[in-house]
Amino acid sequence: MRITIRLFALLKDRAGADHLTLDLPEKSTIAEAVKELRQRIPALADHLSNIAYALNHSYTQPNTPLQDGDELALIPPVSGGSGTPARHTSGTPARHSLK
Amino acid sequence: MQGDDWIDILDSPLPTQAAITFITTPDAGGMAIFLGTTRTEKNPQQQELIALDYEAYQEMALPQLQTLATAARSQWPIIKSVILHRTGRVALSEPSVLIAIASPHRHEAFSACRFIIDAIKADVAIWKKEFWADGSATWVEPNAPRSTT
Repeated sequence: MRITIRLFALLKDRAGADHLTLDLPEKSTIAEAVKELRQRIPALADHLSNIAYALNHSYTQPNTPLQDGDELALIPPVSGGSGTPARHTSGTPARHSLK
Repeated sequence: MQGDDWIDILDSPLPTQAAITFITTPDAGGMAIFLGTTRTEKNPQQQELIALDYEAYQEMALPQLQTLATAARSQWPIIKSVILHRTGRVALSEPSVLIAIASPHRHEAFSACRFIIDAIKADVAIWKKEFWADGSATWVEPNAPRSTT
């Protein structure tokens, strides 16, 4: 099966592309797709540990199985809104609350 | 723009006056308008910020903003609302996000504005890149070390 990976922000810069396609075995999961991506684009390897996953525009978990034609987005920590964040903050930003 | 909510992601300066006009209604006793702007900043190398650049996953971020408007309506008696976010280069002092709420009383308008901006910063698929005076740039990743490109 073939899926599309969407890349944003730092991941896009590191990969030099905002999307790419991956051919994967049937029933592959998101985690397996990311493993394949890591091998295909080693420059991304250091930036895949703190990301969320959106499958066809909704946040989901890495054990989710993929289907042919899916769009998988790798979502770095978001930073919309205004200004720059406070320095030296701690804790994990709320993620996944918007389904 | 549709109905009583105007939700959009724009690559042009935010239409502040049009947003105020949109939410203006005789049923409202309070209209809260929040503009989030690019402010001066120095990085650890003491370089001055010259601009921010916003990137959105449009197909995901726009429905997320619409979900936020719906969530705000479920909590407060909102009459009209506007949520607009910029993409692309936003210079110092220019707004990158605009939230405008009209409600019967000011408390609800203030609360809804705060709820929406806090949720945008935490959840919506939008990213910003800082551009510094020495030509360097950094993607902002909350709670993570700065990553220079």
